[in-house]
Amino acid sequence: MSQTLTDTNPGGVESDEQPLLQIRNLEVGFQTQRGLVPAVRGVDITLYSGQTLAIVGESGSGKTTTAQAIIDLLPGAGKITGGQVLFEGRDLTKLSPKDIQAVRGNLIGYVPQDPMSNLNPVWNIGFQVEEAIKANGLAQGKEARARTIQVLQEAGLSDAADRLKQYPHQFSGGMRQRVLIGIGLSARPKLLIADEPTSALDVTVQRQILDHLGTLTRDYGTSVLFITHDLGLAAERAEQLVVMYKGKIVESGPSQEILANPQHPYTQRLVSAAPSLASRRIQSAKHASVGDSGIYGGGSLDDTLVARAAERESLAPVKDLISIDNISKVYRIRKKGLRSEELKAVDGVTFGIQKGTTTALVGESGSGKSTVAKLVLQLESITSGSIEFDGQDVAGLKGKELLKFRRRVQPVFQDPYGSLDPQYSVGNTIAEPLLAHGVGTAKERQERVKELLDQVSLPWSSRFRYPSELSGGQRQRIAIARALALKPDVLVLDEAVSALDVLVQGQVLNLLTELQTELGLTYLFITHDLAVVRLVADNVCVMQKGRIVEAASTDDVFDNPQQAYTQELLAAIPGGNFQFGR
Amino acid sequence: MPNKSGQAHFVAELEDTPVAPIDRLDESQKARSTWADAWDSMRRRPMFWISSVLILIIALVALFPGLFTSVSPNLDCQLANSNGGPEAGHPFGFTRQGCDVYARTIFGTRASVTVGLLATGLVTLMGVILGSLAGYYGGWLDAIVSRVGDIFFAIPTILGAIVLMSVLPAATPTSVAFVLSIFAWPQIARIMRGAVLSATNSDYVMASTALGVSKFRILLRHVIPNSIAPVIVIATVSLGTFIVAESTLSFLGIGLPTSVMSWGNDISQAQTSLVTNPQVLLYPAAALSITVLAFLMLGDILRDALDPKARALR
Repeated sequence: MSQTLTDTNPGGVESDEQPLLQIRNLEVGFQTQRGLVPAVRGVDITLYSGQTLAIVGESGSGKTTTAQAIIDLLPGAGKITGGQVLFEGRDLTKLSPKDIQAVRGNLIGYVPQDPMSNLNPVWNIGFQVEEAIKANGLAQGKEARARTIQVLQEAGLSDAADRLKQYPHQFSGGMRQRVLIGIGLSARPKLLIADEPTSALDVTVQRQILDHLGTLTRDYGTSVLFITHDLGLAAERAEQLVVMYKGKIVESGPSQEILANPQHPYTQRLVSAAPSLASRRIQSAKHASVGDSGIYGGGSLDDTLVARAAERESLAPVKDLISIDNISKVYRIRKKGLRSEELKAVDGVTFGIQKGTTTALVGESGSGKSTVAKLVLQLESITSGSIEFDGQDVAGLKGKELLKFRRRVQPVFQDPYGSLDPQYSVGNTIAEPLLAHGVGTAKERQERVKELLDQVSLPWSSRFRYPSELSGGQRQRIAIARALALKPDVLVLDEAVSALDVLVQGQVLNLLTELQTELGLTYLFITHDLAVVRLVADNVCVMQKGRIVEAASTDDVFDNPQQAYTQELLAAIPGGNFQFGR
Repeated sequence: MPNKSGQAHFVAELEDTPVAPIDRLDESQKARSTWADAWDSMRRRPMFWISSVLILIIALVALFPGLFTSVSPNLDCQLANSNGGPEAGHPFGFTRQGCDVYARTIFGTRASVTVGLLATGLVTLMGVILGSLAGYYGGWLDAIVSRVGDIFFAIPTILGAIVLMSVLPAATPTSVAFVLSIFAWPQIARIMRGAVLSATNSDYVMASTALGVSKFRILLRHVIPNSIAPVIVIATVSLGTFIVAESTLSFLGIGLPTSVMSWGNDISQAQTSLVTNPQVLLYPAAALSITVLAFLMLGDILRDALDPKARALR
């Protein structure tokens, strides 16, 4: 592999210290029916004792595969086809399965990605931690139990002794991740591999967990290898950064330096697509067009979106298109026997959305934001209060009236893998709403499908494809095209970009704002990601436990948050105030 | 911060790591649906071709038995040939009545296969309709269908069929198929209901609802096509078991009357000459086994081809 070494720190002292982990020209491939498919192609990584290194890349870039290859955890068909993994000078790729087992856990700890599925639901927490402690030969018998409690306490579960007998379902996501971190660090390993340890968690919980992980590893002198898709997190938590793309390293070095001054075009793209709170919307008013390459190029997203927002603000009329007045939604939850309990998912929410603007509803999981979306879409009935759309109460709509309402208010859902029927081709999917509402002749519908595919920058030939052949971002673009088919006034976007990679997320946001300007759409944008809100929203409502705690214009909320909860949310965004070089 | 060795700012050569457009659709690949995918995996398996060819031959025999033998199964019987061994033109030998075993086996195919196909069709139709209505609309409809299904499920198919057949006046392949399907539909209905329940809770159903597609149309266009795969597999497998059930009933003397030629009847009549002339039993029984096996194999291959977990590995 040819390399260019750009030493941007000429005065730096070259140390002779032996690296803890040195990966040399690592190659990993997956055996498939069509032969060996390379996943990692010649990767070099150097990590010293006590350092934190982050591998950043989009899904499919090979970052997780690299981490798994280090401790021989590659899934079935994967195998190392070349290179060395030197851990304290010992090549781990040459070790026997028995020897590598002694390395795993004892010398190299691992924190898996998904806290929801990585604890066994049929065993209690105490048993699972104790099992890890015994397997690593740290303690046996009574001592192991005492050690279990100690490990969990260190991981931040203060009442660990009382919770040993509890099962994973009695723990929240954050607590489960603490347990996994506890297990990973129980043997005081020299290196901890953390594969997206917090991507499934709310920002405030993420911050606590990362802070705690940072303190622990600093105290023990543990090196940490982070795998993440979040540039902000990498900027904030890691000294060293490795950017991977299609199985290769495109840029590596000190993280602040790379993010402030990205050299490789791919890194530049990533950095410019990363939504950051530091990007001031109003100040950067220059209208940068996206360029000749359309949405596929990825110019500076901030500037483009911000200019469009400013444009919308100057046009916005005063009357609310949707006004939501004191709505509540109560679910009855069945308890033991015949008793049932009330759960207030939405509790007296009031806000209005002006025509042609974007209102963001922000909150953590369980805040009731998605329920509000379903109420607005009339997918669930409200318990009390009223929702008016264009001067008409939508609560009691039936038959034709409801159909007319559905035509004007269309949804785009979170999960691009679930919201498209796997048995429907793209063309049929987009044509479905036209067919359901009896719009046009077959030929006119086809014309409309063509126009819509064009609007979401997909080729006409893609109409024969099935969802399983498309990427997450492409599916979400299909979902947007379907929502636009009936020329609606309002789109309800329920976490529409949350499941996507940074670049693809930027691309879809770009597309959404472009369509908004072009078609005069009104958006209700539901998300947990405040950084995205800053880019696209005109108004923000912050929700907590079913209530709106703060509602104001985007700039007010971000520059001058009034509520403690909003401040906490803003502070928790990883790398939120890091000034990316663009 | 000083750069330690091997950690200086490294930038890969651009020629080595070209940057592709973001998330552009790869148009070089061919488009494919679930069914195209399933077909692709099936046609690679020799078992699929073996079972398909067998089923094709069986179908041909059932439709045009005259193509395969010129000997009449019941008119050319001569007692002189009673229990005779194989001879030229009569490869399987003769029954006790002196009828040609080969011709009887060939002509018996139609009744057996008719019962199998008809019963499978009826069971699938009833099961799919009742199961999907119960799973999709829920409430009292679900309660009634599920409880009635449970009642029929508790009665073994053969036992129920024996009771019902013994009170029916004249049995024909159609009536046997009807009786069998009355007791066998709950299995398919249960599977369909479960599949429909999970499909109904999927996001694409919610998306279609919000797009203004009517509830019944969603059931027809989205829910049923996404739930039908397991039913097809079970139906293919159960086709074999219905043919066996018909033979069992005929063997017990309450299935098809002896005037109708079927494998079950021939097996039943072979009882009397089993010791002296086992070929009378052997050939219809072998035909039955091969037919059942062919459908079981096909069902197995269909299941593998339609299983989403197995598909992910391809």
